[in-house]
Amino acid sequence: MTRARTAIAWDYAPAPESTDHVRLRDSYGLFIDGDFRDPREGARVPSINPSTEEPIAEVAHAGPADLRRAIDAARAAQPRWASLSGLERGKYLFRIARLIQERARELAVVESMDGGKPVRESRDVDIPLAAAHFFHYAGWADKLSYGVGGREVAPLGVAAQIVPWNFPLLMAAWKLAPALACGNTAVLKPAETTPLSALLLAEICQEAELPAGVVQIVPGDGATGAALVRQEGIDKVAFTGSTSVGKDIQAALAGRGVSLTLELGGKSANIVFEDAALDQAVEGIVNGIFFNQGHVCCAGSRLLIQESVAETVVARLWERMGRLRVGDPLDKNTDVGAINSREQLERIDELVSAGEGEGAVRRTIACDLPERGYWFAPTLFTEVAPAHRIAVEEIFGPVVSVLTFRTQAEAIDKANNSPYGLAAGVWTDKGAKAFEVASALQAGVVWQNTYNHFDPSAAFGGYKESGFGREGGPAGLRPYVRVS
Amino acid sequence: MSRLAVRKTYKLFVGGAFVRSESGRYDRAGDFNVPRGSRKDVRDAVKAARAAAAPWAARTSYNRGQILYRAAEALESRAPDFAVERPEIDAAIDVLVHYAGWTDKLQPVLGGINPVAAPFLSFSLPEPTGVVGVIAPNEPPLLGLIAELAPALAAGNTAVAVLSERDPLSGLDLAEVLGVADVPGGVVNLLSGRHAELAPALAGHRDLNAIVTVGAGPDAQAAIDRLAAESVTRVRHAAPARSYEDAVGDALTRLEAVTELKTAWHPVGA
Repeated sequence: MTRARTAIAWDYAPAPESTDHVRLRDSYGLFIDGDFRDPREGARVPSINPSTEEPIAEVAHAGPADLRRAIDAARAAQPRWASLSGLERGKYLFRIARLIQERARELAVVESMDGGKPVRESRDVDIPLAAAHFFHYAGWADKLSYGVGGREVAPLGVAAQIVPWNFPLLMAAWKLAPALACGNTAVLKPAETTPLSALLLAEICQEAELPAGVVQIVPGDGATGAALVRQEGIDKVAFTGSTSVGKDIQAALAGRGVSLTLELGGKSANIVFEDAALDQAVEGIVNGIFFNQGHVCCAGSRLLIQESVAETVVARLWERMGRLRVGDPLDKNTDVGAINSREQLERIDELVSAGEGEGAVRRTIACDLPERGYWFAPTLFTEVAPAHRIAVEEIFGPVVSVLTFRTQAEAIDKANNSPYGLAAGVWTDKGAKAFEVASALQAGVVWQNTYNHFDPSAAFGGYKESGFGREGGPAGLRPYVRVS
Repeated sequence: MSRLAVRKTYKLFVGGAFVRSESGRYDRAGDFNVPRGSRKDVRDAVKAARAAAAPWAARTSYNRGQILYRAAEALESRAPDFAVERPEIDAAIDVLVHYAGWTDKLQPVLGGINPVAAPFLSFSLPEPTGVVGVIAPNEPPLLGLIAELAPALAAGNTAVAVLSERDPLSGLDLAEVLGVADVPGGVVNLLSGRHAELAPALAGHRDLNAIVTVGAGPDAQAAIDRLAAESVTRVRHAAPARSYEDAVGDALTRLEAVTELKTAWHPVGA
C-alpha cells in the first residue's frame, strides 16, 4: 500500500563560501627578484570582481622598464638555479605544492572572487590540479633525462610566460612547474582581469624560500604581454590565450631564435553517436560547454549529434540546462558563475546576435540574474549551418551550437573542418568505434565518454591553429630543455 | 633531582601494529632489547602485506607519491631521534623524495603503445608485482633498507623487510615514522631477528612475489635463489646503497625488479 506524499517545493538555500580567511593586501606591487616592488613606470589598477563590479585589490601593472628589471633578475638568478641538483630544485617545487594545498581554501575563494568562476570548480578543480602539477614536475626535476628518451638535457634560460584569465592559478602552475623543474627561471604575466591568485603564488614562493629571481610575477594588460615577448634577453616564450594573439607573438619572435610554445583557441567538436549512453552524454555535453561558463579553450562548443538521436538529445539537454544554477560564484551550489569581464560579455553578445542574424534558432534558459555583474545565461543554438559564425568562431562563453550528421565519416569530416584542433569528445558505447574515430580526429586531446578531464601526467595541447607544444607529463618537459 | 627517562620498548611492525615476536625471544641491541622475529612472524607479515597489496596498488599514483613524500617529511622531523649519522639519514630522506616522484613517472617511462600490424590499440603498462621481501644489509642499516623499500612502494607493492641484524634500531624506529605518514597498515612490515632464520623463511614463502637481498654473500644468494625457484619468485641481489647517488643511480633497475608488464589489446574500427 502506498501513501500519497506531501508535495514539497525543493529549492536550494544560499550556501555562500566565507571570505573570512582570505588575506588580501590592499595593493600589490610587482614580484621581482624575491620581493614585491613598486613599479617604475606602470600604473596601479584595481582588480574587479566580475560578479559585483566591485574592486577587490589594487595591482601594479608593469611598464617596459619593469619588464626589463624582471628579465634581468631572472637572468641573474638562472645559472645558480640551474646549478642546483635536480633533487634540490624538486624539493622547492614540492614545498610550493604543499603550500598550495595548505592555502587551498583561500586560493579557491580568491580565484572565484577575481575571475567569477563557481567556487565548487575552483575548490575541486583549479586549486587541487595546480598543486598536483607542481607535485608532478617536482618529481621530474631529478629525472629529466628519463622524460626525454635518455638524452642529455640543459635548461633554455629565461622563460617569458603569459597566461589567460580562465584558469589563472592553474595556468600559472602549468607554466612555472615544468620551467623551474628543468632549471629555467621565469617571468610570468598573469591576465589583466585575474592577477590575484598569481600574486598569492608569489607569496607562496617567498614562504617556500624559493631563491630570489627564480620567479617574477608581472601583472599587466595585453600591451604588457606584447612588450614582454619583444624584450631582449628571453630564451623562451610560452603563451596560452587567443589564436590571434598567438599569431602576433609567433611573428614577433621571427628570426630571434627564441623557443616558443602556444596553447591557443579551439572550437572543439563533441560527437554523440546514436549508440551512446545518452543520459551520460548529456551530462558530458553540459560539463563540456558550461564548465567555467564556457571560458575553456577546449570547450565542447560544437555539438555534433547523429541525426537519429538528435531530437532526443537536444530535448534532454534543454531539460538539463533548465536545472543549471546561474549566479553568485561564491555560492557552493552555483553551476555557472559570472562572465569574466565586461569586454568578454560584449564579445559573447556580439557572436550570439550574429548567430540569430544568420538564422540559427536560439534558446536561452530563463533564470534570475543578479543586477550587478556580468552574466550570460546558458544558451543553445539549433538549426546551425557549418558556415555560421557560431559554428566556426570561438565564443568562449556558455553557448553551444548543435549540428547533426548521418554517418561516422561525416562526423569526422565535420569535426575536422576547422582551423582549430585542440580537443574533441566522442560518445559511443562501442570501444572499437571510439578508438577509430579518435585516431581520425585532428585534435590534441580526445575524450571518450567523458569531457574536460585534466591531469598533470597527461599531455595537453593543440593541432593546427590551436597551437604547438604540450603541457603535462614528460612531453611537457621538452619545451623547457635543450637536448643533446 | 634528575628525571628518570621513559624507555622505549622496541617491537616489530606488522600490519600497521607494533607487536612483540610471537616467539617471545629477544636479542640485545645497544642498550635495548629487540624482538628476535621468528618464521611465524614472517608468515604473519606476509599475510598482512598481501591483505594490504590490492588496496595500495589501487590507489592513484599521485596519492602514493604524496604518501611517500609525507614519509620523507616525517623522517626529516624525526631525524634527531635516529641513532645513525646525519648524512645517512639525510640521504634516506632524499631517497624517499626521489621515489615519491617516481610513482607517476613509472608508467610513461616503462610503458607504451605497441605499434602492432593489425587494427588494434595495444599497450603495455607496468603493474606492481605484489608483495616484495627485502633482506636489509647489516650496514648502512637505514639507507640500505630505504634504498630498496622506497622503489618497492613507489611501484605500488607492499613489503616485508628483515632489518639489519647487527643494527636493527633505526629500522624499528622507521616504523614509528611510517606509522604517522599515512602509509596504510600492512603496506610496510618490519622484522628484526637473525637473517639465517628469517631470510630463508621469507624467500621460501609461496605468497611472496619478489625478494631483494642487499649485501648478501654468494652462498646466501644461492640459497635464496633456490628457495625462490619453488614458487617462481622474482629475485634481485643488490649491493648496499652507501649514498643517495647509489640509491637512485639505477632507480629504474630497482623499479623494474618489482614490476610486471601487462599488455592489453583493444580493437580499433570494425
